[in-house]
Amino acid sequence: MAQPKPDTIFAPWDDPTAKPLIQFKNVTKRFGDFTAIDNLTLDIYAQEFFALLGPSGCGKTTLMRMLGGFETPTEGHIFLDGVDIGPVPPNERPVNMMFQSYALFPHLTVWDNIAFGLKRSDMPKDEIGDRVEKMLKLTQLGKFAKRKPHQISGGQRQRVALARSLAKAPKLLLLDEPLGALDKKLRHETQFELMDIQETTGTTFVIVTHDQEEAMTVASRVAVMVDGTLSQVATPDQIYEAPNSTYVADFIGDVNLIEGVIEVPEKGAAKDAVSIRWSSTETPINATSDLGLAAAATVHFAIRPEKVSISTEKPEADNVMSGKILDIAYLGNISTYHVEVAPGLIIKAQATNVRRMSRRNLTWEDHVYLSWTDTAGVVLTS
Amino acid sequence: MRKFSWFNATSLTFGFAFLYLPMLILIIYSFNESRLVTVWAGFSTKWYGELFQNEAFLDAAWVTIKVAFWSSTLATILGTMAAYIMVRTGQFRGRGLFSGMIYAPLVMPEVITGLSLLLFFIAIGLDRGVITIVLAHTTFAMCYVSVVVTSRLVSFDQSLEEAALDLGCTPFDAFRSVTLPIIMPAVISGWLLAFTLSLDDLVIASFTSGPSSTTLPIKIFSAVRLGVTPEINALSTIMIGLVTIGVISASLVSRSMSIKARADERRAEQG
Repeated sequence: MAQPKPDTIFAPWDDPTAKPLIQFKNVTKRFGDFTAIDNLTLDIYAQEFFALLGPSGCGKTTLMRMLGGFETPTEGHIFLDGVDIGPVPPNERPVNMMFQSYALFPHLTVWDNIAFGLKRSDMPKDEIGDRVEKMLKLTQLGKFAKRKPHQISGGQRQRVALARSLAKAPKLLLLDEPLGALDKKLRHETQFELMDIQETTGTTFVIVTHDQEEAMTVASRVAVMVDGTLSQVATPDQIYEAPNSTYVADFIGDVNLIEGVIEVPEKGAAKDAVSIRWSSTETPINATSDLGLAAAATVHFAIRPEKVSISTEKPEADNVMSGKILDIAYLGNISTYHVEVAPGLIIKAQATNVRRMSRRNLTWEDHVYLSWTDTAGVVLTS
Repeated sequence: MRKFSWFNATSLTFGFAFLYLPMLILIIYSFNESRLVTVWAGFSTKWYGELFQNEAFLDAAWVTIKVAFWSSTLATILGTMAAYIMVRTGQFRGRGLFSGMIYAPLVMPEVITGLSLLLFFIAIGLDRGVITIVLAHTTFAMCYVSVVVTSRLVSFDQSLEEAALDLGCTPFDAFRSVTLPIIMPAVISGWLLAFTLSLDDLVIASFTSGPSSTTLPIKIFSAVRLGVTPEINALSTIMIGLVTIGVISASLVSRSMSIKARADERRAEQG
């Protein structure tokens, strides 16, 4: 798997001596008046499974196409293994790409599709067959070698595209929305297959996706992009637990955002403790932050619904709010309760459905208490 | 299905009669026993036999086929290149003018095309002969090929070419090993169309042919001025047959093969 193993933690981005495989240095890409990538600097390390995540039009595909050689930066440089690859055409880059449409050659069989790149490399002819067989085995396509792309299913086509792009053992594999065309169940299976293959081959993967769940599942690090810039580059858990902006917090998963003002700290309070006044009448929210926030600063308090507990009895906790259940979204394994704690402020709380429906006691219009610890949420300034 | 009324039947009969009755009469009389063209004297294929004895006609036929083959081949190469460039280069200043200039000869009166080519060949001092007819036919047939190939390339998934480049092809290799095989049906039907157009051209050929290079349409036209013979009827029947086969196979090739190729491509795209 792409996740770090317990004994050897894979985190070259934390190691100042590690040399990145790919370096974007102040890269800007303009199409006419439109700036697709705006002065972007980014390091990607060897053997990473790196996800570019963002809404459509954020520049993630342009960034990937620049790595593939299909676009050239307007300004700045891209280095691969220390070499500036700006002027290198796609056919001379040690980079392969798996296209969103798969781009399988319809006039060639599965076997010939996979062998296509090898035949154009300096690999001896007798080794090509072995390599293709190996790829067929890796992607479990052995039975379909003699078929044409239109004679196999969508999932199989996706694997042919993967096998074809991996056949030349590239230093870097680019995957453009590789699972976008698959149905949900197949997509989940394939995500794990991709991670297995990435680990087996040791290739560096860069994946473009708009599906945050997919990015979180497969990637060692995720870059959240917006309007041609990077909002945050971090591991999936950091992105989720410690987003650096309301944009990232809101883009990844579900979140409650409460706007408030920092209170003057009480004497003897812990250094990182902050209290946020979000309403003139209600008790302020107690939270922690190491940002060193000044009193009276406007902030957003972000907390994930699953970190908010819901109960009918008033609990003992750092933060307790009371309110009325407006809505219940039943998702089978969990339920999300929309609780109005103040006029106009609705907080979502999630609870695992450990009991069966008929045994649960919360329902619409019920008066409930919401609670969370002082470390459950994050304080965001932007 | 629509109801088959008397009105429809009559329209259809008159329409087809208008189009094909003259040719039908020509075909019938090519099997006439009599030397007199308009008097029926029983069935015979003897004029076909005599036709194949006529050296002048056979020479003209050979010139026509040579011209048609070379001009359609050249037109296919140039027309495909033009179509490829026009579809691939995207937007640039003067693009509309460029594509307009490729298609303009389609609507240019043949007399003008023929005359301007004649003047051009005289200006550069090229002796008129088979080569000049080939060049002239290439010029006008190329537009037709480019129209046919363009319509195919527009629906071609460009990421297939990018994938080929990505896998190590040079741009030319990508065109040769990926694009060309996929658009081949359109290229073949373009070639057949160009071949047919060259086969039946009279106006441009008569401007650009020399004394030693008479094509069949010119030969027939000049022979007819001395009087229609049953031999001409027989020859015309053969040409009608050839052109019909050419046009039908061009449309069949482009229809069936490109429908299949497109369906394959679509199925390959869907995941």
